[in-house]
Amino acid sequence: MKINKETVRKIAHLARLELNESQEESMISELSEILDWVEKLNELDTEGVEPLINISGEVNRWREDEAKLTISHKEALKNAPEHDDDFFIVPKVVE
Amino acid sequence: MPSKTIKEIQDLILKGNANCEKVVKHYLSSINEQKHLNAFIEVFEEEAIERAKEIDLKIREGNAGKLAGVVVGIKDVLCYKDHSLTCGSGILKGFKSLYTATAVQKLIDEDAIIIGILNCDEFAMGSSNETSVYGPTLNAVDNERVPGGSSGGSAVAVQAGLCTVSLGTDTGGSVRQPAGFCEVWGLKPTYSRISRYGLASYASSFDCIGTFTNSAEDAALLLEIMSGEDEKDSTSSSSAPENYQLEESTTKTYKVAYLAEALNHEGLSPQVRDVFQETLSKIKEAGNQVEEIKFDLLPYLLPTYYILTTAEASSNLSRYDGVRYGHRSDQAENPEMLYKKSRTEGFGPEVQKRIMLGTFVLSADYFDAYYVKALKARKLIRNKTLEILKEYDFIITPTAPTEPFKLGEKNKDQMEMYLGDVFTVQASLCGLPSLNIPFSNKKSGLPVGVQITGKPFKEKDLLQAGNFFSKL
Repeated sequence: MKINKETVRKIAHLARLELNESQEESMISELSEILDWVEKLNELDTEGVEPLINISGEVNRWREDEAKLTISHKEALKNAPEHDDDFFIVPKVVE
Repeated sequence: MPSKTIKEIQDLILKGNANCEKVVKHYLSSINEQKHLNAFIEVFEEEAIERAKEIDLKIREGNAGKLAGVVVGIKDVLCYKDHSLTCGSGILKGFKSLYTATAVQKLIDEDAIIIGILNCDEFAMGSSNETSVYGPTLNAVDNERVPGGSSGGSAVAVQAGLCTVSLGTDTGGSVRQPAGFCEVWGLKPTYSRISRYGLASYASSFDCIGTFTNSAEDAALLLEIMSGEDEKDSTSSSSAPENYQLEESTTKTYKVAYLAEALNHEGLSPQVRDVFQETLSKIKEAGNQVEEIKFDLLPYLLPTYYILTTAEASSNLSRYDGVRYGHRSDQAENPEMLYKKSRTEGFGPEVQKRIMLGTFVLSADYFDAYYVKALKARKLIRNKTLEILKEYDFIITPTAPTEPFKLGEKNKDQMEMYLGDVFTVQASLCGLPSLNIPFSNKKSGLPVGVQITGKPFKEKDLLQAGNFFSKL
């Protein structure tokens, strides 16, 4: 499948990426090439086949819903690019 | 120190010919001498020596763990509390782990010494170690060649004697292919056998922690220590871990299937085919049953793999948003720009491409045509593969279709790079244990791996047979 500029822009927005003109061009050609290739799957008859959605074979294990201290407030903020004593800081949301 | 395996090193220590401190210092000097290989991103020099002294004391007191004397390197996607974790990416530069991965903790609990963090492809996406933000790791057998990927640093660290064993991760072959390219043992266990807690996610239904070692016995010991149920990973298997220790002498022979489509694959190099066929003949001569079978799903493995792993990656990597950790763009005026600019500046081109592809196949218009179709294909592939394994002990293939290639040789052509995983993704799609047995091309001297894939949770048989085949 050949994808166009409009699709690439839509997908980039969904993926929260910002591509410049030349990156858009190379993304169009590379993604189109990969999509052509993966479309080989259309040859496979999957009529009536259930999708494989759990590879581990384990089922969900319930546990008590207890509050536990896993990391401290301070630790949680430690790797943040910008923070104060209590919060992560981000640019202004509302003008 | 010519000793290489865990047993050899522990024997030296037991006889009083070495201690942990000496062993660590030996590796530190090897790392320094071979810096050009670019295997390590960070080395914990003082910390490793300190820890060695503590373990030497434990040995004298007679209460040391099973891995006393063993020096381990870990791939840069595994958490180790208060140490760097960057996934070979610019987006995580400066990040320090808040906790330790379960698998790493289990090694430490048995007195393993963690010596440093190993280079890898960015977010484990690559087959040559060339997508790392730290630059490529070089193959020690020929510095112009790649070590494979994505766990290239982990493979080279063991190949070049920079540590005793190392941990890598395998999503579509990222332990087995570099092990094949560097002539070391590489084990990807059954999906869910080892907890993924503390492994930075790429494609969660494929990701496995695996090992690089100088012997099958070492792989068995590490697996025994790392495997088991973990309440922090609800996909981890609840089946009890086994004793994987190999039997010393056995007369057991095996029934092995090779795939006609693999042997006749157009991408298979004549050199690899020769080594593979020679290995098949030896296995047969040693009394094992070796048969050709048809596997007409081979051409569908990589397409299924790339749709599903990129879909999972696009979801998993959405957490890197420049807010709570990692790189933040200083060009952002509002939150949306913050996400977009931080991610675009932080991720390299291969990662961006896979996120885009994954987002595409999950988007409303294409979800059924690509993603659901691939989930169904995965089911067919798994059913067919398990059917084969009902009749045979193992499926045997070359680990990779070519010998280790030159740096830069394949990164101009994405399809050629992706085709390098053609034989490894089958076990990943099916969640099966799979092992690289180290061999080499006697003429060129270049490593050529042979891969055997076994039944779910039958790692012991896999290692036992691998050990047997390697000695023929």
